[in-house]
Amino acid sequence: MTTVSTVVMADTFTSASISYSALMPMLIVFVVALAEVLVAGFATRESRHALQVGLSLIGLLGALAALLLGARFHQGVTASVADAAGSRQLGAVVVDGPTIFLQAGVLVLALLAVLIMSERLGGIGADAFTPMGAANPGSVQERAAQRAGLTTSEAFPLMMLAVGGMMLFVAAGDLLTLFVGLEVLSLPLYILTGLARRRRLLSQEAALKYFLLGAFSSAFLLFGAALLYGYAGSVYLSEIASAISAGQPDREVLLVPGVLLVLVGLLFKVGAVPFHSWTPDVYQGAPTPVTGFMAACTKLAAFGAMLRVVYVGAAGDRWNWSVVVVVIAALTMIVGAVMSVTQTDVKRLLAYSSIAHAGFILTGVLAFDVTGVSAVMFYLVTYGLTTIAAFGIVYLVRDVQSGSEATHLSQWAGLGRKHPVAAATFAFLMLAFAGIPLTSGFVAKLGAFGAAVGHGGASGAVLAVIGVLSSAITVFVYVRIIVMMYFTEPAENAVEVVSPSILAKVAIGFCAVLTLALGIAPKLLLDWAANASLFLS
Amino acid sequence: MFPWLSVLAAIPLFGAIVVLLLPNRPTVPSKQVALGFSLLTLVVAVAAATRFDTTALTQFQLVERHTWIPQLGATYALGVDGMALALILMSVILTPVCLLAAWHDVPDEQPQRQQNYLALILVLETFMIGVFAATDVLLFYVIFEAMLIPVYFLIGSFGTGARRQYAATKFLLFSLLGGLVMLVAVIGVYFQGPGGADGFLLDKLTGLTMDPTTEHLLFLGFFFAFAVKAPMFPVHTWLPDAASEATPATATLLVGVLDKVGTFGMIRFCLQMFPNASQWATPVIIVLAVVSVLYGAFVAIGQRDMMRLVAYTSVSHFGFIVLGIFALTTTAGSGSVLYMINHGFSTAALFLVVGMLIRRRGSKDIDAYGGWQRVTPVLAGVFLVSGLSALALPGLGSFLSEFLVLAGTFQRYQVAAAVATAGIILAALYVLWMYKRTMTGARPEDVEGVGPSSGILDLSLREKLVVAPLIAAFLVLGFYPKPTLDAINPAVKATLSHVGVSDPAPTAPVAGEGSTK
Repeated sequence: MTTVSTVVMADTFTSASISYSALMPMLIVFVVALAEVLVAGFATRESRHALQVGLSLIGLLGALAALLLGARFHQGVTASVADAAGSRQLGAVVVDGPTIFLQAGVLVLALLAVLIMSERLGGIGADAFTPMGAANPGSVQERAAQRAGLTTSEAFPLMMLAVGGMMLFVAAGDLLTLFVGLEVLSLPLYILTGLARRRRLLSQEAALKYFLLGAFSSAFLLFGAALLYGYAGSVYLSEIASAISAGQPDREVLLVPGVLLVLVGLLFKVGAVPFHSWTPDVYQGAPTPVTGFMAACTKLAAFGAMLRVVYVGAAGDRWNWSVVVVVIAALTMIVGAVMSVTQTDVKRLLAYSSIAHAGFILTGVLAFDVTGVSAVMFYLVTYGLTTIAAFGIVYLVRDVQSGSEATHLSQWAGLGRKHPVAAATFAFLMLAFAGIPLTSGFVAKLGAFGAAVGHGGASGAVLAVIGVLSSAITVFVYVRIIVMMYFTEPAENAVEVVSPSILAKVAIGFCAVLTLALGIAPKLLLDWAANASLFLS
Repeated sequence: MFPWLSVLAAIPLFGAIVVLLLPNRPTVPSKQVALGFSLLTLVVAVAAATRFDTTALTQFQLVERHTWIPQLGATYALGVDGMALALILMSVILTPVCLLAAWHDVPDEQPQRQQNYLALILVLETFMIGVFAATDVLLFYVIFEAMLIPVYFLIGSFGTGARRQYAATKFLLFSLLGGLVMLVAVIGVYFQGPGGADGFLLDKLTGLTMDPTTEHLLFLGFFFAFAVKAPMFPVHTWLPDAASEATPATATLLVGVLDKVGTFGMIRFCLQMFPNASQWATPVIIVLAVVSVLYGAFVAIGQRDMMRLVAYTSVSHFGFIVLGIFALTTTAGSGSVLYMINHGFSTAALFLVVGMLIRRRGSKDIDAYGGWQRVTPVLAGVFLVSGLSALALPGLGSFLSEFLVLAGTFQRYQVAAAVATAGIILAALYVLWMYKRTMTGARPEDVEGVGPSSGILDLSLREKLVVAPLIAAFLVLGFYPKPTLDAINPAVKATLSHVGVSDPAPTAPVAGEGSTK
């Protein structure tokens, strides 16, 4: 037990060395989030929305600038202490290629999500959120809040906190930072899920389910971290990797359970089967712009963290545990694809489709090769862009009478005739989800399956075959939506696509254009992903 | 060097954008604009064809090559051999013909819908040119899959039948299933090759030595997709539905051109990249091809719906084409490629003329007709000529190609050739019987106010312009096939030399040099 952390046992306190330039993007996001909390408390009701949205945009853009102009040139481990031998630095936060790429991805996607989330549709606050989250659905307080014109402008600081957590999550160099990142990103999301303006009960139920299951999975992650600490005597991923390569004959039994339990926590966040059961409920219940944000950014952050845990920490022992993850990947693809066939609600349908996509991405993760890392990162960004636009459009399709979102598939009948632009964009996004060539979805799948076939061995090839067969099933689902929109007569209870502000239009249009552009000429982004695919440890 | 093929493919795409941007008013001449762009494409294609040298030693000409996605090994690489060039020319001739035939498919009162329809056809033309010109496996795959989408909308949104949604979805799912299975093989073959930034180039994937099991699996992945596309028995069931529910113009492009991508792919990719596996699979494929020939013909005889009947004749004809490809002799190979061209024109004529007939009477049912040659003699005449071309009457193009396929197949597979010959007799049966039931007989009585005597006219000038180029093509290819065969022969020989087979002795005279002058 000589390697047991000197951090804890050292006689003298060693202060960690911190590179503020490397951490600046995260600091900006957190500071802006806290400032927004003050805005929510003290600004006048009329100015609040504009201030929140403005601050969020400035914060995200500032963080992006700090990332690309500052942190990119200060890569390395930070918040670090020297290891026992004093030969190298162990960092709680690792700012390396994947971190930069994924953090930039989170920031860009969050920026687009904010633009859609801020949609007011003529009201005084964001249309997606209830005026008073704490009130019981249908209660007197809720009606009073409605009349008084209250708004839940807390949504924006909550979202910024979640973004900060995601940025920390993908950079976490040790298991405790990983856990902190997980909690910081999760807790705001639980609350955001419960804030939907319409169908309040569904939203609150979703929030509770998400919270309970999320807490459960966090506990798994923490327990796995404890086992790995017991195995390696350190929570740092790089130390765990060294311990694995050195071999710990007397504690071998702790390793595989530890790795798998940590992975359970991460697989829960990406919605992999059998840890997926929250996904449809939460996707359906959450305010639709939040669903888009969550689907895009949480998936990106969780897979980013998984890549680091797997490639930096646990890859040395992969022969002992990867078979479990292979089975999970196969199940995820099959269950996601098959279950999506039976859905009649657009949001639930997209939820199951996101589960299937999680399986496709896992296939890329299991390649255990740097091409796998870049393929997964490319997949995450392109999938995120498509997802945000898709949920953005779902958000705008409204029932004429009630003004609530028309999420039942039958309500979308004949949309192509009445709203050609919205329907054509949505149809195109569905084709991208299906992975039809000339969309980014195809290039992403090609990259992930290519990595799996090329470097994943026999299991990789089998997963790729399951992947394409599942894709064929999901195509049926996406095509059903297109059939609904284009080949079916419009339904009786008419729906309309409400016209959003220019900001939301720009966000959706930008995502859709990128989905096309990255399908035709993905060279640039693939280059970035490839150049950013090496982990520091 | 001037990028002939890229320009060729870009013109219809540009045309589609122009058509979509035209104002949405009934008086705007969208149709004329679309037709103009397709004719311009034809002119450029002919100009490009004059640059083609049939005696060149390289496999591909008019080559273009640019980096595209180096990280994935894909290159934007175009080039044509004689086979691809002939198919491209066929496509660019058929597109304006179809646009002209589709003149009244969408009424002028719905300008937006009409523009969408025309734009989809033009986009499809771009893909048709691209798919035959691609010499990079991934580029081919991308176009191969992407071209399903315009066809899907052409069938589902603009089809004439009541079951068009079903047919469109069935078409898409069959094709995508085939395509996705092929995707795994596409990825797999890359890793068998040298890899690198241009590892998907066909040149780099030709002549590889692979482990037999791997080669067999990869071959099957490609072949499955092409068999669905072609379509071969038993994965042909989407075709009759799709062809019958679509407009005649769409059905023509679908069966006349798109399905050729299947047989084209078998030659270009299956034979060239997996020669050993091709020989390994030949016995089964020959049997399936013969079954397709007979099954398609028998089912065609039993059809009452004329569009379905034509679709089933194509299943039979594709059986012949596949038979010729996998007979692995130069005679049969050249015959198959020539057959692809001839079938394109004769099936186009059948679909379009049947479409004209259906437009006049409003029914696809053969029983609804009878005696029409007394009312519309010109229509009956072109119907008969199209039918005769389909049943391979000597003097029309199909005869020669069917003869070459059977003669070439007989060199190696006597029994298969003998059995397949029955397909020719059955062809005479289904064509002539359809003609007899629709055209001959007593002058028809009026049924419910629609009928020949209530103002039904014979072919208009526009319709004559649709049919004329097709009949001209029958005659040219029937009496003077030499230029076409001169272009095709080197391509077929090159492919067969990759497979590493030589014609069994005694060798028949190579098509186009001896027997056909």
